[in-house]
Amino acid sequence: MTAANTAAADVHGGVCDVGKTRAQPWLEAVAGIGFSTPALLLLVLTNLAPLAALGFLSFTDYELGSLDFSSVGLKHFSAALGDPVIRRSLGNTFLYVAIVVPGSVLLALLTAILIHGRGRSRGIYEVIYFLPVTSTLIAMATMWQFLLHPSLGPINAVLKSLGFAPVAFLSEPRLVIPTLAAIGIWQLIGFNMVLFLAGLSAIPRELYEAADVDGASHPIDRFLKVTWPLLGPTTLFVTVTTFITAFKVFDTVAVMTRGGPMGASETLLYAVYLEGFQYFHLSYAATLTLIFLAFTLTFSVAQTFFLDRRVHY
Amino acid sequence: MKHVHTRSLDVPPHTRAAAAPTPLAARVRRLLSFMLAHAVLLAGAVFMLLPFVFMLVSSIKPPAEIFEATFALWPRNFYGLQNFRTALTTAPLLHFLVNGLIVCGGILIVQLLVAIPCAYALAKLQFPGRRLLFALVVLGLCIPVQAPALPLYIAFAQLGVLNTYFSMMAPFFLSVFAIFLFRQFFKSFPDEIIQAARLDGVGELEIVWRIVVPSAWPAIAAFAVFSVVAHWNDLYWPLIVISDTKLATPPLGMMFFADSEVGSNYGALAAGATIITAPLVVAFLLARRRFIAGITMTGIK
Repeated sequence: MTAANTAAADVHGGVCDVGKTRAQPWLEAVAGIGFSTPALLLLVLTNLAPLAALGFLSFTDYELGSLDFSSVGLKHFSAALGDPVIRRSLGNTFLYVAIVVPGSVLLALLTAILIHGRGRSRGIYEVIYFLPVTSTLIAMATMWQFLLHPSLGPINAVLKSLGFAPVAFLSEPRLVIPTLAAIGIWQLIGFNMVLFLAGLSAIPRELYEAADVDGASHPIDRFLKVTWPLLGPTTLFVTVTTFITAFKVFDTVAVMTRGGPMGASETLLYAVYLEGFQYFHLSYAATLTLIFLAFTLTFSVAQTFFLDRRVHY
Repeated sequence: MKHVHTRSLDVPPHTRAAAAPTPLAARVRRLLSFMLAHAVLLAGAVFMLLPFVFMLVSSIKPPAEIFEATFALWPRNFYGLQNFRTALTTAPLLHFLVNGLIVCGGILIVQLLVAIPCAYALAKLQFPGRRLLFALVVLGLCIPVQAPALPLYIAFAQLGVLNTYFSMMAPFFLSVFAIFLFRQFFKSFPDEIIQAARLDGVGELEIVWRIVVPSAWPAIAAFAVFSVVAHWNDLYWPLIVISDTKLATPPLGMMFFADSEVGSNYGALAAGATIITAPLVVAFLLARRRFIAGITMTGIK
């Protein structure tokens, strides 16, 4: 604040000064440093220092409240690689991602193309599909839990009335991740759809007319010749973003299954949460966080690269 | 996010007709694709609305009717008042909403106060370390919020500030995304106006808040929506630092509520879920365009 005020006073004093242009860089430097210091301090305190601490912790045997601790080298890393819980969590997370990414990207693309062609009904469909994005996932997950209840839930009631055997969506180990993935898709379609709609409205109409003249009048031809190639960058961005979101799956696991049945729905971030904040194995949890970070980093670097090119007005 | 609605009005009619063999076949084809599109979209809409409809319907049904084999959209005995009363008296749901408001409001205000001057400096001022700072901001964009959680938790535990509003808000005071977004926006602000203001003796701080910020209103509104939705719905961090029910934000409160003995009273639970979900959904329905622009301009959640 004081730096800015000084800078302002100096600018004021230098109005009639011929040497103003020479004084300007110095004033700018003071104002620039003054303006960015609070952000830099917070960046160090909430981001950089914790990351450094994370790296440091992962090589020690630190526990909460312990005063002295020593280096354990790569012990935690080799323990994590051999830990059946972590292996299972990674496998479950990959399976979840493998269902959610293609499912939510392709369904969102289909929805966006269909909605884009609507006239008056476009608005109402947009609202319906976007609704899950704004709603509190925890509350909605509780509702899904009722809906999917093996004996009382309406979904099983429908299945029974159609002559099928009831399905234990959340307590059958083989079904629990696909079920959570379906809810993940439900939550992400609207978000991805809106990104695709923005991409679609950027495609010039004339290209479709040109494709028409070239004989590509069938909807599938038009999609393959015009829509799909021009949506390429959007699709890539949506895929990367979805990957990151899906990899961080936590809320539905924490509320609906708590990793069960028998660890069948434990995911990586949930394992980090349990180790760090339930069992307080802090240094081990730090190692797991680094592993989590390693997986997301590749994709978030790609996302930031796209972001740099996408955010414009 | 501009929508380019260049419909094919300017195209001569014969161009369109040339693609279709006969007008009748074209009309039939168009009707079929119209019906198919609506059929697919409606089927999807049922899937999207399923939990919402179930929530609203269950919140006004007596316990005996909720899990009946035949699903009815309207209860035979209206039980809404009892369900909502049970929900509101057994859990401080309105208190959770107030907590959500305090936490989201506090985070947003500090985020704006910190990010706006920094973004202006990065966009318009020459100062030593500018490139390095921007590189750090970009690096920060790549770090998921869950990564620094553990060291921050240890620090907060040592400082004895767990179970406070401060501990819920502090990790998010700096939004590198806000800096990134506002910098992009401020860069297009005309330099001549800033120079003219300087010549008139306007201080840099006043230039930022009185001249540049009002022109960046769309970006600020969009970021506000993004920030509030993200933190209103965040479960991970409040779950870590809060164990006191009185401080719970809406998602955490919902979790406590579902775990309590009322959790088996499905009607009351549905009523509670309705109360927790309502504020953001109502805001979304009122300001649909703003919401969609705000949440999607970022691409990050």
